[in-house]
Parts: sequence; C-alpha cells; structure tokens
Amino acid sequence: MCGIVGLFLKDPKLEPELGSLMAGMLGVLCDRGPDSAGFAVFGPGAAGTTKLTVRGPKGTDFGAVARRLSDALGIQIPAIGRDTHGVLSLPAAREAEARAALTRIAPEIAVVGAGRRMELYKEVGRPDLVATRFGLERMQGTHGIGHTRMATESAVTTDGAHPFTTGLDQCLVHNGSLSNHNAVRRELLREGLEFATDNDSEVAAGYLTARMHKGASLKQALTDALTDLDGFYTFVVGTESGFGVLRDPIACKPAVMAETDRYVAFGSEYRALVDLPDIGNARIWEPEPATVYFWERPN
Amino acid sequence: MTTADRAHVVDLASTRLRQLNQALHQLRPDTNETLWRIANPRGRHSVAVGIDAPIAIEIDGHVGYYCAGMNKHATVVVNGNAGVGVAENIMSGTVHVKGDASQSAGATGCGGRLIIDGNASARCGISMKGVDILVKGGVGHMSAFMAQAGTLVVLGDAGESLGDSIYEARLYVRGKVASLGADCIEKPMTDHHKAKLARKLAAGGMTGVDLGRFRRYGSARRLYHFHVDNVY
Repeated sequence: MCGIVGLFLKDPKLEPELGSLMAGMLGVLCDRGPDSAGFAVFGPGAAGTTKLTVRGPKGTDFGAVARRLSDALGIQIPAIGRDTHGVLSLPAAREAEARAALTRIAPEIAVVGAGRRMELYKEVGRPDLVATRFGLERMQGTHGIGHTRMATESAVTTDGAHPFTTGLDQCLVHNGSLSNHNAVRRELLREGLEFATDNDSEVAAGYLTARMHKGASLKQALTDALTDLDGFYTFVVGTESGFGVLRDPIACKPAVMAETDRYVAFGSEYRALVDLPDIGNARIWEPEPATVYFWERPN
Repeated sequence: MTTADRAHVVDLASTRLRQLNQALHQLRPDTNETLWRIANPRGRHSVAVGIDAPIAIEIDGHVGYYCAGMNKHATVVVNGNAGVGVAENIMSGTVHVKGDASQSAGATGCGGRLIIDGNASARCGISMKGVDILVKGGVGHMSAFMAQAGTLVVLGDAGESLGDSIYEARLYVRGKVASLGADCIEKPMTDHHKAKLARKLAAGGMTGVDLGRFRRYGSARRLYHFHVDNVY
C-alpha cells in the first residue's frame, strides 16, 4: 500500500498552519503505511544559504555536531535539532566542503536532504508518532509532501523510508512497486550513483537525479520515467516552488486531488483531505494516468 | 410529513461505522425502517455495504472505497463522490452517485443498477456480470474489462481499451472512444438496440436523449475458444 500526502498553499495566511494540516493528513493514512513515515517541508530560506538536513543516532547533540563543523570550516553554523534529525544552515558555496568535513569529523551523521528551503525528516514508526517526534504540527512553510510506508520491496529501515532526495530542494515519495528496479539500479551504479538500500523507490529517485544531471528538467525526467520505469507507481515530487504528480499508465495506485482558492492538496485517499479548510467547496478530482502535473508558485 | 422527518438519521461523526453497518445488516425484508440518512461519511470506506433489505439510504457527503458493495434490494444515493469500487458486486437495487466515482465502479456487479451523474475513472464495470451501469459523464481506461453480462451506457467519452476481453455485455457510448480493447468491436445500432438503450436511460431517469448519437460495442467472440494461432 503506502500513503502519500501533499499540500501546496496558495494563500500565505495558511503558511503557519502547513505543518499542522500535513500532520493531520499523514495521521489519517497511518493504516496505509504503519511501518515508517517521512515528510519534506519547504519553509523559509535565505538566498545563498543551504539547509543541510542530517540524521544521527538517537541522542545525537546536533549543536555539538554544528560546533565541530563550524570549527572545521572556520564559520559559524547554526543548527536546529529535532529528535534524530538536525538542520545545519551554511553558505551554499561551502556545501560540498561541509559534506566532506562531516564524513570526516562525524561519520555517524548522514545527510538526508539539502536545499535553500527544504527540510526532510523520516523515521521508522507509526506515522502519527513520527510526525509528533519531529514536531511537524508546529512547522511552517509554503508546501510539503509526506509518506506513510508499508514496506513491500525492502527492509523497514530509516534509509528505506520516504522521501528520497533527488537534488537540491527536491525529493520524491512513491506508492507502488517497480518491477525493473534492479536493472535500472545496475545502470545507475555504472553511471556512478550510490544507493543506501535495496529499495525500488530509491532507484526511482536516483533515476530522476541522473536524468537531471544530464540536463533534463524535472518535468522531462518524469516524462522519461514513463518509458524507463516499469511497474506500479504514483509519484509525488517536492520542489522548491511546488510539487508534481505522476501516475503510471495503468493507474493502479490511488490518487485524489483537491483544489480551492487557498490550496492544492494531494491524498492517496479522500479521507486524508477531509480536515482541510473548506474542503466541502473544493474541486475534487483524480489525476489522469501517464500525465505529469505540476503546481508551482511563480518565482 | 417529509422524508427527512421519517428517516432514520445516523451521524458518522458520533456513530461508529461498524455500528451502522451492523444495524443495516439486521434489517429484515419487511422492516418498517425503510428510510435512512447518513451524515458525515468523511470519505470512510465500506459505508452501507452488504445491505439485504428494500430500504432507501441517502449518504450526505463523499464516501471512500466499496460503498454499497454487494447491495441487494436497497436504493443507496450518495450526495457526493465515491471512492474505489462503489457498488462492487451489486446484486440488485440501485446505487446512485451524484458526483464522480473512482476506479472499478460496479466491479463484478451481478444485477441491479448503478447510476453515476459525474465521471467514473478507470475500470468502470470491470468483470460486470449483469449490472446496468449508466455514467452521465465519461469513463476511464479499461472500462468493461472482461465484462460478461449487463449494460454499460456512457454519455461522455470512454478511455483506452474499452471492453478489453469482453464476453457478452452491451456497451453504448455517446462520446469518443479512445480505443477498443482486444476482441471488442463496434456493432450496428439497430432500432431494436435503440429501444433497449431508451429503456436503460429511462430507468436511470433520462428521457429525451438523442439515441442516434450513441454507438454500440460488444464482443467479436474470437477469444471464446482456444485458437492455435494464439500460441506463442
């Protein structure tokens, strides 16, 4: 199964409520994916600054990690810790250097996402509890996507939880199962990509990343996925300016959209959308199969 | 006295769904509780499944999966959209969705009537076995897949592979058909068929529809028997 939610706010007045609305949506989809959960929230960001979302073992002092990294880079790096995840803010130009330094000075720390605005959290556990551990209900932002996982393809681990990052300010969640992921993974390994799990969705994320490295736009990469990825999928991708949706041509996996003047919302089931403001007057529809959709705010 | 006054009202905001369905299952064929009204379904699955009594139910709001599945004798009206598998395996009675229906509407339906005022998505009427389905909007891909008996009437367009591997159901489509599935062909629309179609439309509350704009599709009957040319 698995469950997906997405929320894109058109009305800035709703931005303080983004996290609480998303937490409610994720909680409803616990029974579609009770193994693990994750979400990406696109909140405030500053030009020239990259937020690195990192993960450490339980009890990690992310303030201490930031201080060690600050010393290594010779700059002041602020950190916010949330349970097993932390967000380090640093000059965008120093990102590669910071990643290399982290590998050296804090090998127990993994980078799970990076971007000007994106923060990405995921853990094993019941989705409503995972959301509470990270304090999702208090997060603010313009949009976000989330996932509840019922594992079918690979082990229930934090690495196997969604979202998977596909680049700066970009991530992917997946409901379905890919049948040719081993073949695609082999090709991507040859191209130099690295994978942390045996997960089919990580391959989909890697595929999109590789396509975009070769110059494709995200939309083009998703369109190419229709040819190259075999199996069942409903993908939702988060980007700095919005989110995109793609269902496979058979459209086995469910998807419902709701749109009002104030937001666009995605849910695996309508149940996930019932507590959104004024849902009674929303336009409700199912995205068409084999069609790439994007909802984005103008830059 | 109005209908609302006499109706048995169940609010799913305060009553458990299981409680509602158990109450419905306990109704006897001669029950006096023939009018039911259900509030706040909030997309819940399996609302009013398995009814076997001649009652009328109105559900105010959108429902989730399998609403009114296995229905016998009852008339179920959904004042909203329906999720996957509405009226799945319907045996008799009527299920009327005032909004849109998701995938597999009326799947395996053996009898009765399913009316959808809006659109139905993929696989509408998959493996239908005698149900009459009337969709006032369009239907998605693979509709009437392996359909065995019954009638699917579509006033809008039909998606790809309509009637793939169809046995004996009758399909009438007024709009465009994206493509026909394996062994599904267009058949002549005679006065006999127009009369049948008019009766199906009338039973679904529609009169005065221009029958001349409908086209009829059904089985070429080439998949009924083993054919040596199909061996790979």
